[in-house]
Amino acid sequence: MIIDGVTTASFDELVEIETDDGERRLGKVLEIGNGKAVVQVFEGTTGLAITGTRVKFLGKTMAMPVSQELLGRVFDGLGRPNDGFPDPVADKFLDVNGEPMNPQSREYPTSFIQTGVSVIDGMLTLVRGQKLPIFSGSGMPHNILAAQIARQATVVGTNEDFAVVFAAIGVQYSEAQYFKRSLEESGALRRSVLFVNLADDPAIERIITPRVALTVAEYLAFDLGMHVLAILTDMTNYAEALREISAAREEVPGRKGYPGYLYTDLANNYERAGRLKGKNGSVTQMPILSMPADDITHPIPDLTGYITEGQIVLGRDLFRKGIYPPVNVMMSLSRLMKDGVGEGKTRSDHMEVGNQLYDAYSRAQEVRALAEIVGKAGLTGVDLKYLDAGDSFETHFLKQSPDENRNLDETLSRAWDILATLPEGELTKIKDKHIQQYYKANK
Amino acid sequence: MVAKGKIVWVSGPAVRADGMSSVKMYETVEVGESKLIGEVIRLTGDVAFIQVYESTSGLKPGEEVVGTGQPLSVLLGPGIIGRIYDGIQRPLDDIAEKSGAFIGRGITTSPVDMKKKFKFNPTVKKDDTIFGGSILGTVEETPLLTHKILVPPIFPEATITEIVKEGDYDLEDVIGQANSKNGDKIGLKMYHKWPVRKPRPYAERYDPTVPLVTGQRIIDTYFPIAKGGTGGIPGGFGTGKTVTLHQIAKWADSQVVVYIGCGERGNEMTEVLVEFPHLIDPRSQRPLMERTVLVANTSNMPVAAREASIYTGVTIAEYYRDMGYDVVLVADSTSRWAEALREMSGRLEEMPAEEGYPSYLASRLAEFYERAGRIRALGSPDRSGSVTIVGAVSPSGADFTEPVTTHTIRFIKTFWALDTRLAYSRHYPSINWMQSYSGYLEDISKWWKENVSPDWYDLRAESYHILQREDTLKEIVRLLGPEALPDEEKLVMEVARMLKIGILQQNSFDKVDTYCSPVKQLKLVRLMVKFYKESQKALKEGKSLADIRALPIITTLLKAKFEVTDEQISKLDEIDKQLSDSFKGDIEEVKVSV
Ligand SMILES: Nc1ncnc2c1ncn2[C@@H]1O[C@H](COP(=O)(O)OP(=O)(O)OP(=O)(O)O)[C@@H](O)[C@H]1O
Ligand SMILES: Nc1ncnc2c1ncn2[C@@H]1O[C@H](COP(=O)(O)OP(=O)(O)O)[C@@H](O)[C@H]1O
Ligand SMILES: [Mg+2]
Ligand SMILES: [Mg+2]
Repeated sequence: MIIDGVTTASFDELVEIETDDGERRLGKVLEIGNGKAVVQVFEGTTGLAITGTRVKFLGKTMAMPVSQELLGRVFDGLGRPNDGFPDPVADKFLDVNGEPMNPQSREYPTSFIQTGVSVIDGMLTLVRGQKLPIFSGSGMPHNILAAQIARQATVVGTNEDFAVVFAAIGVQYSEAQYFKRSLEESGALRRSVLFVNLADDPAIERIITPRVALTVAEYLAFDLGMHVLAILTDMTNYAEALREISAAREEVPGRKGYPGYLYTDLANNYERAGRLKGKNGSVTQMPILSMPADDITHPIPDLTGYITEGQIVLGRDLFRKGIYPPVNVMMSLSRLMKDGVGEGKTRSDHMEVGNQLYDAYSRAQEVRALAEIVGKAGLTGVDLKYLDAGDSFETHFLKQSPDENRNLDETLSRAWDILATLPEGELTKIKDKHIQQYYKANK
Repeated sequence: MVAKGKIVWVSGPAVRADGMSSVKMYETVEVGESKLIGEVIRLTGDVAFIQVYESTSGLKPGEEVVGTGQPLSVLLGPGIIGRIYDGIQRPLDDIAEKSGAFIGRGITTSPVDMKKKFKFNPTVKKDDTIFGGSILGTVEETPLLTHKILVPPIFPEATITEIVKEGDYDLEDVIGQANSKNGDKIGLKMYHKWPVRKPRPYAERYDPTVPLVTGQRIIDTYFPIAKGGTGGIPGGFGTGKTVTLHQIAKWADSQVVVYIGCGERGNEMTEVLVEFPHLIDPRSQRPLMERTVLVANTSNMPVAAREASIYTGVTIAEYYRDMGYDVVLVADSTSRWAEALREMSGRLEEMPAEEGYPSYLASRLAEFYERAGRIRALGSPDRSGSVTIVGAVSPSGADFTEPVTTHTIRFIKTFWALDTRLAYSRHYPSINWMQSYSGYLEDISKWWKENVSPDWYDLRAESYHILQREDTLKEIVRLLGPEALPDEEKLVMEVARMLKIGILQQNSFDKVDTYCSPVKQLKLVRLMVKFYKESQKALKEGKSLADIRALPIITTLLKAKFEVTDEQISKLDEIDKQLSDSFKGDIEEVKVSV
């Protein structure tokens, strides 16, 4: 929307638009100059007439009222209560765009979060303050996995519970409900704040939803000292809303019609995670996105992977085989695992076991592909052992039930069960002392 | 005359101001009431297009824009090493002090502490002649680095009329006086400024012939880079660009490291800040931070300053080069810099070339890599220094045919191609040994022959040949299975596997494996080649491949990289002996069962 005759507005300023029939909408200034302002209207421009629409520049950027009272509440995608209760009393108002964390002031994340999910704890360890997305596809159980993590996540040896900030971005009603119920049943709703922009809510509003959610997450973490798990689903809808605005402004597009600044824009959301020196709290981010056509090279997962500290990729094949969680471990990665595991943090063999499992499973898949062509008869003895190890990896380690909470010792002992079936000479990523301690003992 | 105009238009980091007829191209300006820092990137009549290095949120038409008369410059003098700067050389710790854990706007700070006293030790005396670039004296900047105080590069020939005695001085103290030939009196200080977009001049350029030893086997042994050379490391996300650059910054045998985090993650910069003060340089036994400068403009920091960060970094690198040091500059990631160019270009509504990038992308990349080199510095005494540049490239969709990758390849001589499939199978570093190359191999082989061993070149070639043969053979295996190969070729596959695990794979996070000295690299490769030759001979003598595969020495060879430290390198000679023994007599006797 372009407004004429503007004399005093500033870039990024919040705008209130009042229609002929008294309806109020919010927007912000995208471009300003020569008496014109280009305004993005969050609730969409449908129904806005050229005449009769009044515009008020509010002289401030968009801010979210925050306080402890937000806990347990449900808001719409712009941060207005939609659970029927009154507005919470604000402790302060925070600019939803946030400000970049100074790398100098960050505390490097190192505390292991036990999620109780073997494949994550054993091979894709999550640490407090990490941003680790789930790359999924339509119909796959990313919500079940995220809810399981939200329920089970603990830092071993502490009794601090996670507060959950949940942002539904253009998702279906049933998905948002599933999360709410899951938090309710586990008693976590009291420690949660929900923001809901549904599939049939205005698309433009989605630009704001993760921003208000992360503003609240930062407040809970760094003002109130809580450990926050922020779940943002589905970032693909967010990126599509961004593309819509960009197209409407006739900007030069980058790949697949997405604006050239998609990377920077996503980073401005994803980088709002971490820990700060001298502060107790943390923001751990778990964005969820669906890969269009399961394609990981699509700009949305691609740019996300370039920003986040790893990714958990769900695989269609495993899903079809009925394995939950269907995590494609080869394509998945936790970049901060190395900092959260090992002597004094988890167990001294943790990293090596993870590396060796990757190696074994990757070999198993090569052998599987080969066996399809040359048959089992064409394989060597060691190859056959890998074939079995690959199967037991999927059934004994990867597979577990959505309400099964495994501690780390159980996860690692399942891992050694699999490694113990391989000849000792194959364990090239494991130091001799751990071979002595765990491999020999398992034989 | 100071240019003074008014903002007429704002869109993100791009601002248009009119009334700016007296401003110059690339002049820095103060924008708006909060005096945001910006730079003029286009002039049309009296309208200036300005890229603003800070968030423009709240800026409005009508606010004032004031020129500074200066192009974007860095301050060069003692006190730079060990610091972390944003893209325009503002120290991030000072910013934190002024605005807290989150970065505020309109903050002015000095790049170095102008009040700090340094012990200056003059190396010139009265009546000495100086030129642009001459050394006036030294300062112990850190225990690892002696800072040479330089006359600014552009300076008339002059005679010293006065120079202070050894003692403590701060940066604003006048440490000497000189008279130029035409009688100008010039005061000398311990610092000067230099515009970042202008390469610092030098006397002469040399060919790079000395390798930059990084302690990374696949780099040093197979695809080396020379001091003063250029290298590019493209790869999809998670393939190991950052880890490799961190490894180079940690272990390269240079005297100064400039690490530019350009549009990447905040935690990665924090990691360097946390880790480097504790990491000990293997040569000097001092903390690595004492030779490192960081320039950080993370992905969520203002996009225009990301563009500037590359120039800020390379100018600092050239300055230490001019003192006569070997400097390594790593930039993670040049793609984010290219995207910053694209974003500004888009806002200025320039005609885009491929994928929305401006048509001058290639020339900007070329100019950047051209600032690498080994040179003889200006002024006296005679000295040479180098800047080695390694840039990460983040191709969208890991597709190496995209513009930033294809243009970069034209301007670099060492190419490390990261392979997503290798990364997926946790083969790290996931540098693909068939796609990568080094244009310095021949030039630097003399160094290896003289300093490490005369058979280096041959061992490298022999082992590489095994990898090449495996690459062809694996296609046959894929179609027909491993049993279709004759034993001699099966042996090639086996030894290639050993080379991949025992040499090419190198775990950056393992205490021992993170750094591998040239001697250890050579000995490990020699062991593998020897194993291959001994096995070939054994096969010819009628021994079976199964027996060879069952030799326990194989596991020893594969784990030697992390079980044998550099200090106990003689253990590798013992392993060499065990290897010979393994093939003596009847192989079956030493066979172990699994
Ligand atoms: N030089 C190499 N480059 C890449 N991968 C290699 C190489 N040598 C062995 N590998 C291993 O072999 C596996 C398959 O090899 P490669 O990537 O060459 O297959 P490909 O020929 O590309 O297969 P496809 O035709 O299915 O794409 C890789 O996953 C990797 O683990
Ligand atoms: N040489 C290596 N040794 C061990 N792990 C590595 C190595 N190189 C990369 N990795 C692993 O790969 C992950 C991604 O590497 P990174 O350099 O951050 O990728 P990129 O910068 O290309 O996105 C790291 O977090 C680490 O787990
Ligand atoms: Mg990286
Ligand atoms: Mg192929």
